[in-house]
Amino acid sequence: MRAPEVDVLVVGAGAAGMAAATAAARAGARTVLLERGERLGGVLEQCIHPGFGLHRYREELTGPEFAHRLRAELEDSGAEILTGTTVLEILPDGPRVKAVTPRGLRKFRSRAVVWAAGARERPFGALRIPGTRPAGIFTAGLAQRLLDLEGLLPGRRAVILGSGDIGLIMARRLHLEGVEVRAVLEIQPFPGGLTRNVVQCLQDFGIPLLLSHTVAEVHGRKRLEGITAVKVDARWNPLPGTERYIEADALVLSVGLIPETRLIEGFVQLDPVNRGPKVNGSLQTDVPWLFAAGNCVAVFDLVDTVAALGERAGIAAARYARGELPSGRKVPLVRGENVVGLVPSYLNGAMGSVAVHLRVPRPMEGVTVDLGGVVRRRVRVARPAEMIEIRLGKEEIAELSRAPQVVVEVKPQ
Amino acid sequence: MTEKRMICISCPMGCELRVALEGKEVVSVSGNRCPRGEEYARAEAVEPMRVLMTLVKVEGGRERVISVKTDRPIPLRLFPQAMERVRVLSVRAPVRIGTVIEEDFLSTGANLVATRSSR
Repeated sequence: MRAPEVDVLVVGAGAAGMAAATAAARAGARTVLLERGERLGGVLEQCIHPGFGLHRYREELTGPEFAHRLRAELEDSGAEILTGTTVLEILPDGPRVKAVTPRGLRKFRSRAVVWAAGARERPFGALRIPGTRPAGIFTAGLAQRLLDLEGLLPGRRAVILGSGDIGLIMARRLHLEGVEVRAVLEIQPFPGGLTRNVVQCLQDFGIPLLLSHTVAEVHGRKRLEGITAVKVDARWNPLPGTERYIEADALVLSVGLIPETRLIEGFVQLDPVNRGPKVNGSLQTDVPWLFAAGNCVAVFDLVDTVAALGERAGIAAARYARGELPSGRKVPLVRGENVVGLVPSYLNGAMGSVAVHLRVPRPMEGVTVDLGGVVRRRVRVARPAEMIEIRLGKEEIAELSRAPQVVVEVKPQ
Repeated sequence: MTEKRMICISCPMGCELRVALEGKEVVSVSGNRCPRGEEYARAEAVEPMRVLMTLVKVEGGRERVISVKTDRPIPLRLFPQAMERVRVLSVRAPVRIGTVIEEDFLSTGANLVATRSSR
């Protein structure tokens, strides 16, 4: 068999993939970046609000501006970029990657692959909401794409289901562009997004936020005519008698993101809660040549984090391609009390320090994050909308690695 | 004397602030657990400032619209006027990211700048 023509192949040119390809190329690896779309930047291109880059660039940028900087770094790095190229298959032997390019089918042999395919929105069909199936129902990301990339309004009067940050941001965008946003419904008793976004996207414009509410029914034959909103109890059961009809021709869904794993899930171990591949501190999956970074691993809050992880994956993949990445010991990080999202799944010291990201299931004040009874960090406020980042130094990793596994818990003080 | 209530967004604590106002003068701030809360409340109670992000029509380009922002915060109360103004603006392609679309937007001292390029 001939030697691989590529050292590091990166799938997906969002923030994680661009940062990974840049870092791998800078580390001297022959790097190819594959992107199915025509432009680089992923979802950043349609996130025209500010709030990006405070960590990475020390200034507040919009999504397209952040993407522009990553693109400039990428173009400078010497990585080869192929747009309009859809990966069909990743074959574990080799590894080999099959893709459709604008010129036809192409097979790549590479020493390492970085999976950076991002996340997909949970669709309407997954919600099992009774009623008709008219036009006018959009996921928030689709509505954002239509509005902010293509200049098309999704409707005139909108209801938003889900108060995650994308839902809140879309409420403001739609309001500013002249759409009447009737209400934002949130099934949980607390907002899904950042307080900052509740204030600056809803309160600033008098948009009502209905907590413990969901959509009970969808109305309308061809086009959406309205929805029935209903209050729910703590277990999300609708409370009879609380139904109310809200007239609307657009329903915008911000009901969660799911890591994209379709082409790798057949041969890689996934984390059941994150729903992305299990990775260690080098962003290496259970398959040694496959690295993963960004929202395809777990859904992160900040693009700055995603870019930083992409960079680390790119460097690790380049080192692996040269045979210089020590496999080391993988110590499982295990969820304890009050931990839902958790990255990485294994602790290792191959890349020096490691940032552990975790998410709590409900808002808590005055907590201690405890790793294996060895490392403890106090956190004043923990909210589901904001991941907690715990940086572990080399010594801490070494100490934690003596145990067969490390339980991560968040305890009230 | 009037009272305004708000949630502080300076940090994740989310303190519930109460601001006592005498006309446009802030008399007192309570509910804050740190000095940043007081600073936030004083600014918010008198004149909330926000960056505006929206779209401007593009003529002769591949895209129909281009995303823009004010390069510094402008008074929130001007947003309705700002959106009216933006609706009548248009630019000719090509536009480069960072291009000033309108200087001293609504006499706020802020410039309206493109946040994307359009060919």
